[in-house]
Parts: sequence; structure tokens; C-alpha cells
Amino acid sequence: MPFQSTVGDYQTVATLETFGFLPPMTQDEIYDQIAYIIAQGWSPVIEHVHPSGSMQTYWSYWKLPFFGEKDLNVVVSELEACHRAYPDHHVRMVGYDAYTQSQGTAFVVFEGR
Amino acid sequence: MSKKYDAGVKEYRDTYWTPEYVPLDTDLLACFKCTGQEGVPREEVAAAVAAESSTGTWSTVWSELLTDLEFYKGRCYRIEDVPGDKESFYAFIAYPLDLFEEGSITNVLTSLVGNVFGFKALRHLRLEDIRFPMAFIKTCGGPPNGIVVERDRLNKYGRPLLGCTIKPKLGLSGKNYGRVVYECLRGGLDLTKDDENINSQPFQRWRERFEFVAEAVKLAQQETGEVKGHYLNCTATTPEEMYERAEFAKELDMPIIMHDYITGGFTANTGLANWCRKNGMLLHIHRAMHAVIDRHPKHGIHFRVLAKCLRLSGGDQLHTGTVVGKLEGDRQTTLGYIDNLRESFVPEDRTRGNFFDQDWGSMPGVFAVASGGIHVWHMPALLAIFGDDSCLQFGGGTHGHPWGSAAGAAANRVALEACVKARNAGREIEKESRDILMEAAKHSPELAIALETWKEIKFEFDTVDKLDVQ
Repeated sequence: MPFQSTVGDYQTVATLETFGFLPPMTQDEIYDQIAYIIAQGWSPVIEHVHPSGSMQTYWSYWKLPFFGEKDLNVVVSELEACHRAYPDHHVRMVGYDAYTQSQGTAFVVFEGR
Repeated sequence: MSKKYDAGVKEYRDTYWTPEYVPLDTDLLACFKCTGQEGVPREEVAAAVAAESSTGTWSTVWSELLTDLEFYKGRCYRIEDVPGDKESFYAFIAYPLDLFEEGSITNVLTSLVGNVFGFKALRHLRLEDIRFPMAFIKTCGGPPNGIVVERDRLNKYGRPLLGCTIKPKLGLSGKNYGRVVYECLRGGLDLTKDDENINSQPFQRWRERFEFVAEAVKLAQQETGEVKGHYLNCTATTPEEMYERAEFAKELDMPIIMHDYITGGFTANTGLANWCRKNGMLLHIHRAMHAVIDRHPKHGIHFRVLAKCLRLSGGDQLHTGTVVGKLEGDRQTTLGYIDNLRESFVPEDRTRGNFFDQDWGSMPGVFAVASGGIHVWHMPALLAIFGDDSCLQFGGGTHGHPWGSAAGAAANRVALEACVKARNAGREIEKESRDILMEAAKHSPELAIALETWKEIKFEFDTVDKLDVQ
């Protein structure tokens, strides 16, 4: 066995569900994921919460769900506006699927402190 | 119109072969693959199957005339060749709705796959598919929660659930077992699972296991900030014992329990599903014994039937095989029955083994569980085959990691998320699987080691049961 190594110590990490185990995404990578949400026909929704409440079912909406919004740039500027308004909050992007009444996807874009 | 009693033995086909019959929307339809004894005509074999699985017996009996058999009898209405197989044929049989008790899968199977399977005029018989009419579906409870509610409870969106079975399968004490659960969950898995043969043995009584596992789940949840669960196996000796275990899981505030629906039986399963619906508990379903029934291509019951029966009897997750791992199952067939677990309408498609249009109406969907001999290298293919509404379970592929279960769990979680991210960004994950995994491993030593550990493990055997297509 060529790679025979010593046993490493795995440290538990606090994560925020989907994509929590990947390194922070670049701006382009975030755009790709938002484009995917739009392409699925889901409505973009922006939610935020203080880190102390991250396990709550309900995070606060930023404004209202952006029903039918197809413009990537609009979604990105709203995400940034939410982050500016709540710099210490987690901000997550949700793709809301009205057909299943579920979230097609959800991932945290800005981590609060 | 009244008839005279004419004692004696008639040919089955005189009564039960009705090629002019047009099935009703309320009929339960079945497709059997029949292999008769030599010299017996197809129509006679098919009619015998229809008769013996519904109202008929081998002789005419006077008491038939007390009722209207035309109203109750099953009918064979179509016979088809099996592609590439001269000795067998498909018989399509329509059963009137009133032959079955409302909501009882037990009753449906007792009729359709009862005595008829031992019938001497047949060499082999296989139930390939059932079309359940909406009128019957509406009498079944179905999944206690379904995919949407399960996602909401577990707070998992946009990706498959990630789990693993605790190993070794047998022999750990309750406390040691809880330790392994804790390691997996803190490492990034969403769910862990009791192995199917863990019930309540002398080395680990169920109450011990439940208590230590509950502590592990709660601790991992606290430390990671994510929702976690463990399928507590409530399969037991008696229904009373089963409910006692389920009640205790609820008392411990656990989100999900588990049942083995074939060894436990459909009556027990439907009862437990009803209990889960009433008590807000998720239900994971294992399928031990299925391969005894579904693997032979000419005899038994195809798994697509057992899967449909489970969706009606009730379960939120069902094992479906992996296509790529150590257990039997080809890709098209698997896609055919996972559609029947998850979709609200599945069209007839012989290339996927579905013989009928199947309308599920508003019945909730069931997560497809892929488990058995899979590891990180399979992740891209698993995501491509099973999609998001699935639960991917890596047993050996978690605990076998050189750093232990937590690191193994993290490796799988990183691989899964990297594949989801790549798919969403429009990459062809099966073609580019190597690049996607190697890229992700740059940020995760756990994944890099996992990729090295399992780089040469494959299970490349041809499937025994193939679709009948040429």
C-alpha cells in the first residue's frame, strides 16, 4: 500500500446543511447555482437569521419570495442587499418549488458571525 | 339470467378466458409471466391462473349458482409473447374491485399470489406487475409522511440524504453501538441505520440500543448544528412488542423508526405505518427476503410489485438496490420501480419493465434507498441514477475508512456535495466523475484517502434477472 499513512484526527465541524462540507463558493460558482434554480422553474427566495437561530425551521424572509423572477442579476443584487442589511446574519438562497410545496434546494451564501 | 347446475369438470378457458373483455378503470389488473406444462394450451393456462387467483376451483360447484360469478370472477383478457422466450407468455388478468378488502395489501396478495403459485399445470409463474385502480389506492393509507414532509422534518433540501448502516451487523453492545452512530453523524451523515437483523438479541437488547443511540443522535445534532436521525428497528416478535418499541422511540424524541416489511409481514407493516402517521414518526423500510421472491426471472413476484405494495401499505423510505454496488438490479428496471415509488403518474413503458399506466393520485412519494457495497467512487453514478429524492447509504464505505467512521462519513458528504454542485452547474457528472472527485479531494484529506482506499473495488457481475426485451 503506497499511501500508508498515520491515522488523522477528524474534528467535528458545525455546518449549515447542503454544501456545508465544501469550501466557500466563488462568485461564479454561486451564480451557477442560482442559474440552476431559475432553470428548474423554481422561485428564488432569500432568507436570513442570526447564527444563534440557525436551527430554527423558519428564518426571516428578505422581503418576499421572488416569485417568477428569472433575472440572475436581480437575485444577486437582492442577496447582496440582504447581506448589507444584516451583515452578521447567515443568508441562504432557496429555490422554492410551488408544485411540490417544497424547497428544490437551499444553501447558505453568506455565513454570519 | 338463471342457469342450470351442470356438475363435472369444465375447462377453465370456457369461463375465464375472455379476449373481448375491456377492463374497467376500477379493475385491478395484473400481468403474469406463465410457463405451462408441456402440451397445455396457453389460453387454458392463463384462464387457470385467472380462476385460481379469484373465484374458481377445479370443479364446478352448485353453490356458484347462489351468486353472480360474472360479477366477481377474474378474467384473462390478453395473452402476449415474451420477447426472446418461446416457452413462456404474459397473461393479463382483470380482477373486479370487490374481490378485495379496502386498504388491504395482505388481501390482494393472498388472492393474486396464493394457491395459484403451486398449481400443477404450471411449471413457473411470475407476477410481473399490478395496476392498482385509483378506487383501491384511495382506500390505502400509504406513506405515513412522504418525501416532502420528510425533507421538511429533516431540513435536507437539494440533495440526496446520506446514511449508513452500523457495522459490524451483529455483536456490539448498546454503548459501543451508540459510539459508532455518534462517529458517523458527527462526521456529516444525516442518518444511520440499524442493520435488518438487529432486533433485540442477547448481546444488545433493544432498550439499551435505543437509549444510547438517542444520546448519540442528540449530541451529534448539538455539535454539528444539523438535523440527525437513526432508524431504530422496531421489527419484533409480535405486533405488541413492535408497538412498544415504537412508543419508546417516540418517548426518546427520535425522528424515525424502521421496519422489515416482508419478514414482518404486510399486516404488521400497515399497522406500524398507521401508528407512524398518527404519531408524526418517519418510517424507514427494509426488504429482507425480497430476493427469495423476486430474483428468479420466471417464478415469484417482481420487485416492482413489492415496491408498489409497500407504497400502498406505508413507508417513507424503501431499499431499491444500487445498480452499481454488490447487489442485483439493472438500471432500467430500477428506474422503472423507483418511478413508481416517487411519481404521481407512471406511464406504461416496457423498456423500464412497467406493464401498465399507474396513476397514484395524491399518494405521497417514498424515498428510494440505495445501499449495499457502494463507496465514494460510485457517488456520481448514484446521483445520476437516483436523483435527489433518494437516500444513499455507505456501510463499509463509511466504517472502512482508515481514519474511522467520522472521516469516512465526511469523505462521503464531501463527495456527494461536490457531485450535486457539479450537476447543478451543468457538468456531466458520470463522464467527468474522476475530475469532480479528485478536485473535491484537494480540499478534503478524508476524501483523498477514501478515494485511494477503494480505487479498485468493483462488483461487475451480470444481472440474473433481465428485462424481457430483444
